[in-house]
Amino acid sequence: MNSLVSCLLRILALTRKELLAVLKDPRSRMSLLVPPVVQALIFGYAATYDLNHVTYAALDQDHSAASRQLLAGLDGSGIFERVANLQRVSDISSVIDARRALLIVQIDPQFERRLQLGLGANVQLIADGRNSNTAGTAMGYVTSIVNQFNSDFGHDHGFAPAPLQIVARTWYNPNLETRWFMIPGMIGTLTLLQTLMLTAMSVAREREQGTFDQLLVTPFRPFEIMAGKALPSMVVGTIQATGVLLVAQLWFRIPFAGAYLTLFAGLLLFLLAAVGIGLLISAVAATMQQALLYSMLLIMPFSLLSGLTTPLSSMPTAVLYLTAINPLRYAIDITRRVYLEGSGLNLLVSDLWPLALIAALTLWAASWMFGTRMR
Amino acid sequence: MAQMAVSEGSGSSSNAWASKLRRIRALVMKETRQIVRDPSSIAIGAVLPLILILLFGYGLSLDVKNVPIAVVMEFPTPEAVDFAAGFQLSPYFHPFMMRSMPPAQQQLLEHRVDGVLRIPADFSRHIAAGDAEVQLIVHGGDANRARIIEGYVQGIVGVWAARLASQGSAKPSQPVNVQARLWFNEANDSSYFLVPGLVVLVMTLIGGLLTAMVMAREWERGTLESMFVTPVRSDEILLGKTLPYFVLALFGFGLCVLSAKFLFHVPLRGSMWVLLGASMLYVLVALGIGLLISSWVKNQLVASQLTMLVTFMPAFMLSGFLFDLRSMPTVVRLITYALPARYYVALLQSVFLAGDVWSVIVPNTLILAAMAAALALGSRAVMHKALA
Repeated sequence: MNSLVSCLLRILALTRKELLAVLKDPRSRMSLLVPPVVQALIFGYAATYDLNHVTYAALDQDHSAASRQLLAGLDGSGIFERVANLQRVSDISSVIDARRALLIVQIDPQFERRLQLGLGANVQLIADGRNSNTAGTAMGYVTSIVNQFNSDFGHDHGFAPAPLQIVARTWYNPNLETRWFMIPGMIGTLTLLQTLMLTAMSVAREREQGTFDQLLVTPFRPFEIMAGKALPSMVVGTIQATGVLLVAQLWFRIPFAGAYLTLFAGLLLFLLAAVGIGLLISAVAATMQQALLYSMLLIMPFSLLSGLTTPLSSMPTAVLYLTAINPLRYAIDITRRVYLEGSGLNLLVSDLWPLALIAALTLWAASWMFGTRMR
Repeated sequence: MAQMAVSEGSGSSSNAWASKLRRIRALVMKETRQIVRDPSSIAIGAVLPLILILLFGYGLSLDVKNVPIAVVMEFPTPEAVDFAAGFQLSPYFHPFMMRSMPPAQQQLLEHRVDGVLRIPADFSRHIAAGDAEVQLIVHGGDANRARIIEGYVQGIVGVWAARLASQGSAKPSQPVNVQARLWFNEANDSSYFLVPGLVVLVMTLIGGLLTAMVMAREWERGTLESMFVTPVRSDEILLGKTLPYFVLALFGFGLCVLSAKFLFHVPLRGSMWVLLGASMLYVLVALGIGLLISSWVKNQLVASQLTMLVTFMPAFMLSGFLFDLRSMPTVVRLITYALPARYYVALLQSVFLAGDVWSVIVPNTLILAAMAAALALGSRAVMHKALA
């Protein structure tokens, strides 16, 4: 009992020393506390697949009331901005190539006549496919505006409505805003980066500067040294996650559907896994540069193959298996489901146990490697 | 070396240049040896780009296929079965047929399916009357995906309705049809724009990381001060640090381009020379950022964190690699103008997919060149200040 207390006291002392070392230097303090909040603010606005400003050029070869009405529908949408009125088909490529317009809307000469004769008129749409996802979304917007034009026109001219209608609803995100999906996912992403690196680098620094050996001479046991390195990183990580969470709720006003206790329980497990990986890296790396390289080698795949920006379901099966060792993948799922759907711990078991397993394995491996190194 | 420095002041200018070149060569040699002895630099220059481009090239995709969807057919009339067949035949959907809503909604709740399509029991009667409805519920978690799925469903419904209409009357079902074409990427394959974007990410990361630690490490260990005692000047130190890593980063770039072309079959429609020139400029910019940061903070821990923050994450989020720049709010868009990655993404996407579009190439390369020059001057100024 007494030894347990003194063990805890030693860990606490180390934690305090580590936190002081990290937070006392103003540059280091700033680099840990400010970036997640600033990043959440900027990326919160930037990371969206929704388009609110699409430049297009019109090539109206009909110059009729009907063609003007269709184009007015685009201009009045608040999303489309007409940057040019083209005269010839040969002008199209220069406007697209120079990225002046994302779309060309081309209306054929016989547009109004064919419409009135009920023959069916065509609108050609040419999109800059250099980012095919953006182009696809923009073309979808045009299609829905044309659909609106069709139903108005059909209504005015006594056409029968389409025989089959879709009544569509979206659960969990009624207005289909990407932001709702992105920002909760960032809680884990922005935290992972610095937590993992901080852990890996702080041990590597002690080793590079030779202070690690001094630490080994003290009565600290390897397990206690590890805990003393792990706890401060987790504290920093928790502060960072809270910062991002506050930005999501107070700035972007995304309603929080779940329980904070559930969210932080999940995050704590995730941070433990991140710190475990960081410690494992520092057990392998001899210098700070190596620690940085190995961290990057993991952080970049972790953050790109996490389902944050591209869906896991679009990945080939082999890569999907690889993401099983990615703690961020589970963290993003947890934050999204707790945040948007209000899921409880019982629905999150499939995310929690892999995190626990990753944490246990990496911490065990790191402590084993530290142990053998000391002997 | 000390003798050379003495002659520099009095000797001819060609002599001064020769000794300057000699000093730079010596520094490059020293740095190269250091790289070769610590394999981690080689790993970042050659192995990292290859792993990343392979992993992401295969792993990243925005293409939506085989969407799991629950199709609830409440009563299997011939029309309902015919309509549902459209989903079974589509490569975009992987339908699960069900008979009632509650289990389908449970599947959606557990996110085993991305959507629920309900064909009501009175579907056939309403089709005959011409006012039929089907109900679609989409899981909106991923709004981009949800929108694509809605578009797919609309497409299938449209085709089916058109077929129905053509059996009845000769009138076209739609007054206006949209005929869409996607230039530069006719097959609508998302790897066409993701892979060039990945090259940007990889080069940003490698360039920044390679140099970020270099100066900070010398400051931390005090070896930079001992260097100042020698006749080596600060711009020579910077050049000696940059050159070896420049070669290493270009090697990584070559690997990226080769795999983009031959593994992912992204067309290279512009010229190789434009691609190489733009990339050399960008590598210089990325190396410059790392150098500037590390000679400013002089602390490896902070330098590494800062480099990550100002290079990797912005290049990922703010470069136009994934997200459309025009749709960002003005303040955020202004920030993106300060990012070199933004210009490199525009260059690569154009050179790979559209060809040598000079109206894109010229302004973007000029800006990158200006940034490279500014960073070089900035690093030198920071070094000078640190000396004083």
